[in-house]
Amino acid sequence: MTTTPLALEVDSTDQRRSLLKETLRSPIALGSAVVLVLIALAALLAPWIAPYDPSASDLSDVFAPASAEHLLGADSAGRDILSRLLHGARISLGGALVAVAVALLLGVPSGLVAGYYGGAFDVAVSWLSNLLIALPGIVVLLALQPMTGSSVWTSMVVFGILLAPSFSILVRSTVSNVRNELYIDAAKVSGLSDLRIIRRHVLGVVRAPIIIQTAMILAIALFIQAGLDFLGFGDLAAPSWGGMLNDGFANIFRGPHLLVWPGIVLGITCAALALLANSLRDVMEGATSSGTAGRGRRALVHPTEDAEDALPAPSTTALLEVRGLRVAYSTHGQEPKEVVHGASLRVEPGEIVGVVGESGSGKTQIALSVMGLLPDGGRVTGGELTFEGNPLDPRSTEKLLGRSIAYIPQEPLTNLDPAFTIGRQLVEPLRVVGGLNAAAARKRALELLARVGIPEPSRVFDAYPHQISGGMAQRVLIAGALSGDPELIIADEPTTALDVTVQADILDVLRDLQREQGMAILLVTHNFGVIADLCERVYVMRDGRVVESAPTRTLHDAPREEYTRMLLSHILEHGPSRTALDAEVAEEVRA
Amino acid sequence: MSEALLSVEGLSVDFRSGGLGRRSFRAVDDASFHIDRGETLGLVGESGSGKSTIGRAILGLAPVSEGSIRFRGQDITHLSRAQRRKSAGGIQVVFQDPYSSLNPSMTIGEILAEPLVARGDRRTGAMEKISTLLRQVGLPADARSRYPRQFSGGQRQRIAIARALALEPELIVCDEPVSALDLTTQAIVLDLFIDIQRRTGVSYLFVSHDLAVIRHISHRVAVMRRGELVEVGDGDQVTSRPEHPYAQRLLLASPVSDPAEQEQRRAERHRLLAEQRSVDSPVSASAVQSPGVRP
Amino acid sequence: MFTFTLKKLGAGFVLLIAIPAIAFLLMGASAGNVGRNILGPAASNEQVERLNSELGRDQPLLQQFLDWGGRALTGDLGASWYTNEPVASAVVNRLPVTVSLVVTTTVLAALIATVAGVAAAVYRGWVDRTVQILAIIGFALPGFWVALMLALVFAVRLGWFPATGYIAFTASPAGWAQSLVLPVAALALGAVASAAQQIRGAVIDTLRQDWVRTLRSRGLSARRVLFVHVLRNASVSGLTVIALQFVGLLGGAVFVERIYALPGIGQVLSNSTAQGDIPIVLGVLIATTAIVVLVNLFIDLAVAFLNPKARQS
Repeated sequence: MTTTPLALEVDSTDQRRSLLKETLRSPIALGSAVVLVLIALAALLAPWIAPYDPSASDLSDVFAPASAEHLLGADSAGRDILSRLLHGARISLGGALVAVAVALLLGVPSGLVAGYYGGAFDVAVSWLSNLLIALPGIVVLLALQPMTGSSVWTSMVVFGILLAPSFSILVRSTVSNVRNELYIDAAKVSGLSDLRIIRRHVLGVVRAPIIIQTAMILAIALFIQAGLDFLGFGDLAAPSWGGMLNDGFANIFRGPHLLVWPGIVLGITCAALALLANSLRDVMEGATSSGTAGRGRRALVHPTEDAEDALPAPSTTALLEVRGLRVAYSTHGQEPKEVVHGASLRVEPGEIVGVVGESGSGKTQIALSVMGLLPDGGRVTGGELTFEGNPLDPRSTEKLLGRSIAYIPQEPLTNLDPAFTIGRQLVEPLRVVGGLNAAAARKRALELLARVGIPEPSRVFDAYPHQISGGMAQRVLIAGALSGDPELIIADEPTTALDVTVQADILDVLRDLQREQGMAILLVTHNFGVIADLCERVYVMRDGRVVESAPTRTLHDAPREEYTRMLLSHILEHGPSRTALDAEVAEEVRA
Repeated sequence: MSEALLSVEGLSVDFRSGGLGRRSFRAVDDASFHIDRGETLGLVGESGSGKSTIGRAILGLAPVSEGSIRFRGQDITHLSRAQRRKSAGGIQVVFQDPYSSLNPSMTIGEILAEPLVARGDRRTGAMEKISTLLRQVGLPADARSRYPRQFSGGQRQRIAIARALALEPELIVCDEPVSALDLTTQAIVLDLFIDIQRRTGVSYLFVSHDLAVIRHISHRVAVMRRGELVEVGDGDQVTSRPEHPYAQRLLLASPVSDPAEQEQRRAERHRLLAEQRSVDSPVSASAVQSPGVRP
Repeated sequence: MFTFTLKKLGAGFVLLIAIPAIAFLLMGASAGNVGRNILGPAASNEQVERLNSELGRDQPLLQQFLDWGGRALTGDLGASWYTNEPVASAVVNRLPVTVSLVVTTTVLAALIATVAGVAAAVYRGWVDRTVQILAIIGFALPGFWVALMLALVFAVRLGWFPATGYIAFTASPAGWAQSLVLPVAALALGAVASAAQQIRGAVIDTLRQDWVRTLRSRGLSARRVLFVHVLRNASVSGLTVIALQFVGLLGGAVFVERIYALPGIGQVLSNSTAQGDIPIVLGVLIATTAIVVLVNLFIDLAVAFLNPKARQS
């Protein structure tokens, strides 16, 4: 038995670093946090730092502009605007905090219980949440004004109840996702109580989303609180930002500055909350991937000197030829990382060629490079790709796709558009690419479905993807690949997601099709059994390089490379059964 | 004759699909088997056959509607979680997906300490135990302070095995524990399972879709199809000369890496399918090539 | 599909009954001496009592509720306590103003948000960053604040648009449009911001789906896959956010109608609330709830049309 060397890669980022600390590294977030702290401090210290009593009016100062005496001017009753802003922060922020506290107290526990246990409580909470969230909060607040009166605090408690669903729904959906994680099952089997599981495994996951949501909800509560005062439903005696806006609006022609200052403060506070929430989310979602990496754009670089392997001479007969292919991925702000390092392979017309390797060996990258369909951030950085002797560039590839080159993907069910029927998805390329009219395309699609062994083509034609099984979906995808009469099919692990009995059927379909229509197939797989079943020649890949290529028979019987031998030696299928293994051990012990 | 470690009699599991008053779906139908001490029972079947559900029912994670599960002579079929903690801690689990089975925000040390602390172990005792566990599964001692994402799939599966071993169980339910791993890693992890079994005498219920894997590790094998056990028998026999028609199809459908042999196997499979289609009733014949369109 | 519609209708109906009922009980219990409030301190106790008994305020609250509820089910929502105007006509007369404001805003916001969100998702880079920043700002600035500032700059200072008032579409389409420009702009900013973010996220997620690559491999152009397939799949979450925005806009209309002196139900609501005119408040609440129910039903049906899986649940 080989023992694997345990190379533990050291990661520089410590997971424990708190969300907040990580967030504050961004200047925008830091700025927002500083603004919020300053505003909170101003509210707390208002009685000591405000230059005037906020309700002391001086009729000689009515609508006074900014001056040394009144830094921001005075309002319609000659009261100092700065002092009123400072004191007003107490009511505005305090009211918003009350609403958020009520919402948190109601929303988080109900969401936790509903998400973790489900059942009748979940149904009830979801129903109530949807009911409350369907109502415009301000309308309800106004309707209930006779009950709440002019007290900021009662209104804000009611508003908190109206806001609770936004926490409840968030927590519920997060928790019910976590509940299905296997580590929760493992903890149950380990004998942990529910309370302990919630504390150790669930709370950690919902904490960050709750913090973010809190910042957003605070901004909304602040706005509603100011709005109520603005409409004149607050306590008019106490200074508040909304009340000041009301005063400003009433005197919009005489003293516009009455409107401007509370407006600015309110705007800055809400903006700081929103920016902070946004930065928190960015951190939580990992690297802010506003990547500008070329989207599948490809730079055709000619083979460079540093290509380690000697390139094979260009073939004159090959259908597809890949020489010295290099593929790299760049994530935002980081050095591109090369995943294929100068791989070469070729497919002759009508030939079935396998590419085999373990995960991360780069086999799929070759397949996607040929079609020019590498995912975001990935691109071809070197090497030559030719099809029928012509170089493949983005433009020529696009013309070949759906006509000469076709693709069969790995996961059957995620490779069909869930919003359209199977028929629509088959007919569309036939019409757009193949130029058939509607009736002809439909007829051809039904023929294709029958061709891949689907017993009732018209039923499948009208079905949506979620209505058919995985094996059936894979047949549909093969039918789709056939629609342009391709000369080359690129099949990326076409049977990996399927059961063995279905896999055997699908392999039969592929073999029969190839025999009849004579197209070439480039088959990417990790399974030597699939290679043995279908392929004439095979390339073995490891860490982005082709290490060996040979006819399938030869590779199996006489592998040249150590790596290939190692791979083959780990195949279990003809190994001794467990009984035999145990007998061996008993023998050794006796000896 | 002494009683088996685990015996399952007439087990059925039903899932209610969707809301109230909907039809229920029978995932496991009248399954009976036993596992002896120090033995591996392999449970093989295709997706949706109910093989994982049997494992989950034994672990108390799936609702049992009929039948009984006896462990160490005690009926554990309908134990509550609290009762289970006392009497069924002897059954642990290793899941398929090494990514979702370890909490990404906990260190390996915390993950391994969890069951020990829940049992009421002292901190120092737990620390020592964790070192032993890590050694047992071939991980270095400094793995303790690292996070799951710093390990490869195979290494994570070792961690999951260490967690399962922490409470010194007598039975481990292994739910496709090597299916997500590469070929080479798969073989190494399987050997680790066998090694641990020889040293500790633990029993396994080993669930897998892969006949080759099942053959390598199982003393006895049960073949499952659509919720029913269709064949239970000696591991070598069931994985090389099965008797039930479905088990035969399953064996011949698994491709082998020798091209010449695979060609033979393929021919044999086609012959068998033709034979079974003509012998079987029309109903099961159509099942062989079921259209797969769900109603 | 039929049971799906029926279920949604049923849920909406429950909302339509429950909300006014709860509101009636809460308001009725806390309204105090209505007769005195209406007649003022100068009226005699006798007059006040007579009025209270006319309004049914001398009955137990539950009786009042049953009386009101019974009449309401026949379509009679009573009359204003102050002006005697029938509630139904008070609401129906004002409804067109609010509806044209909110619907115009929704349509406009949905269009702008879709273009911005899709552009951000497809081009990423600077387009994306710009959209993101604008979205955050748009979200952060309270709608009524924007309304105030727009009024200050464009109506008061520059005089480009009327500061106040509403012109019916039937009276003058051009005038109608002009009177709506500032209110719609003020309301739309926040709605565009939230919806653009949501649509951006949905399009990015959808573009990462496996089937996008598979459709491209069939020779369909990136543009076609985007417009035919990706947008349709992403529109489900787009519609959901627009439904939520619509509810928010009904609330925002209360402020905007006040600031621009538009005679809509929002204005009626704030006026009657100040007076304690409970029948009118209830009427507005019923109308608002009905609109919300209708819009949500429409959105649910649209989502079901776009997403075949949703039809089954």
